[in-house]
Amino acid sequence: MARDNGIEVEGIVRLFGGDIRAVDGVDLSVAPGEIYGFLGPNGAGKSTMVLMLVTLLPPTEGRATVAGFDVAKQGPQVRTVIGAALQAAALDSFLTGNEHMDLQGGLHGLSRNERRTRGAELLERVGLSDAAGRKVGGYSGGMKRRLDLALALLHRPSVLFLDEPTTGLDPQSRSALWAEVERLSREDGVTVFLTTQYLEEADVLADRVGIIDHGKLVAEGTPTELKAGIGQVSLEATPVNPNDRERLAATLARFGEPAAGSPKSVAVRLAAGAAQLADVVRALDADSIEVADLQLHQPSLDDVFLQQTGRSLEGEEVDKEPAS
Amino acid sequence: MSSTSQLALIARRSVSRTFRQPVLVVPVIAFPLILLAVNASGLSSVTELPGFPTKSYINFAIVVCFVQGALFAAISAGTELASDIQTGFTDRLALTPAKRWVVLAGATAGGASIAVFGSVIYLVVGLIFGVEIDTGVVGALVLLALAIYTAIAFAGIGAWLAVATGSPQAVQGMFPLLFVLLFLSTMSLPLDFIQKEWFATIVEWNPLTYLIDGMRGLVIGGWDASTLLPAIAVATGIMFITFTGASRSLRKRVQRT
Repeated sequence: MARDNGIEVEGIVRLFGGDIRAVDGVDLSVAPGEIYGFLGPNGAGKSTMVLMLVTLLPPTEGRATVAGFDVAKQGPQVRTVIGAALQAAALDSFLTGNEHMDLQGGLHGLSRNERRTRGAELLERVGLSDAAGRKVGGYSGGMKRRLDLALALLHRPSVLFLDEPTTGLDPQSRSALWAEVERLSREDGVTVFLTTQYLEEADVLADRVGIIDHGKLVAEGTPTELKAGIGQVSLEATPVNPNDRERLAATLARFGEPAAGSPKSVAVRLAAGAAQLADVVRALDADSIEVADLQLHQPSLDDVFLQQTGRSLEGEEVDKEPAS
Repeated sequence: MSSTSQLALIARRSVSRTFRQPVLVVPVIAFPLILLAVNASGLSSVTELPGFPTKSYINFAIVVCFVQGALFAAISAGTELASDIQTGFTDRLALTPAKRWVVLAGATAGGASIAVFGSVIYLVVGLIFGVEIDTGVVGALVLLALAIYTAIAFAGIGAWLAVATGSPQAVQGMFPLLFVLLFLSTMSLPLDFIQKEWFATIVEWNPLTYLIDGMRGLVIGGWDASTLLPAIAVATGIMFITFTGASRSLRKRVQRT
């Protein structure tokens, strides 16, 4: 029977120590060939979810299938169709890139010839051909991540799990990895389940995004849909004098609810939209608050996270009740 | 791919990475030979005691090197496996079709291979410095085989501790304990030459005594089933217990479905 390469998750729960609900009743569905971004802060349950889906951790409750195979009952079948690059790029610093390819390819049952040709092809694709004969201990963080991705693709998986693949990478390496993930989905039809704590990554790369917090899925949709749900633009102002930040917050509070901003600035979601900008400027002038910078932002995924949880993913606590 | 081929791949990786770390290999070769040299010069006069089984102390002491090599194998295999668990490399292997026992056995191959390498060196150095093996060439080969068998069994100790704790430091912390166990054996004197009763009791109950006596019998006693078979039995027992324990602990640590 032909199987598609989607992911279905129904009411999945993972308990640790009997009462810590790392993943707490998550339902989600990832279509074949889709890039699904699983977004959340550290400790939200992203990696636990990935470990369950790649069969390295049995769910406590609920059910999940990957490419039609049950992750709890058909582990060996699941492992033949998935590739995974887990949170830490677990590589052997004393082996070369080529030796990693040979080991992993061999364990997946590829012949010596296949290992050589497929390995060379993938190392070329991730830009590591020149470094293939060098020990991995001398690789940069970006090179290790790219080798990890190449290893995950060695046996031509139809579903790819990437757990925070760009954490700690420089912008250039991050862009290169995004381009390759996008190519895999668009050209090869690989389904990609990607966890990230980077808003930009989810926004740029994912077809759909699920936002997880304290083990629960708090929002799901395309980035456009999620941001449209917020509806309002936000205004962010940075005072010339940092001591004016509280006065600035009080003035801006007259125009809307707090929004996520940088630690030096104050941000509000404008209740009546961008048309309020002139009123804001007049109010600041009347209150004698000088601003160094004033910006209007379209809603971001951070605003979505803030609306659902009362916290900003970018680290700043905002005094606001979460949405019910 | 067969389990044997998978085992060969994982073992090859373990051996490669081990021999690329001189810090793991050099002590295994150097320490037992240094201890042998010190003991052979310092304790040579005990051979004058009436009833001592040989007139050459180096003939008596050479087998201690093999057991020491096996102890190093235990530490090395355990440390490497614990490091794999800590870095997530074991999870990488668990995501392939490789069976758990293959991952476990393959990962200990590096440590065991050091002991094999060391055993050949000890034997060659011993022969150069005048060791005479009463059981001849066949006995020397059996001695090597028993040393390797013991090293594999001891690698199981390291593997069990590694899987149970997941900490290379915890495995390394075991090293002094194993070394104390070695000193509380027939390492320096035959059992009937130990006067202190409490010491003799510990030596008698110490499994290392039977391994040392089994190997020693091949060098200075001739073919003797009463020393050889207990040594094989002790190594087999250690291997069975430790690898069973390690395998069970691995099932808990890597909860692959």
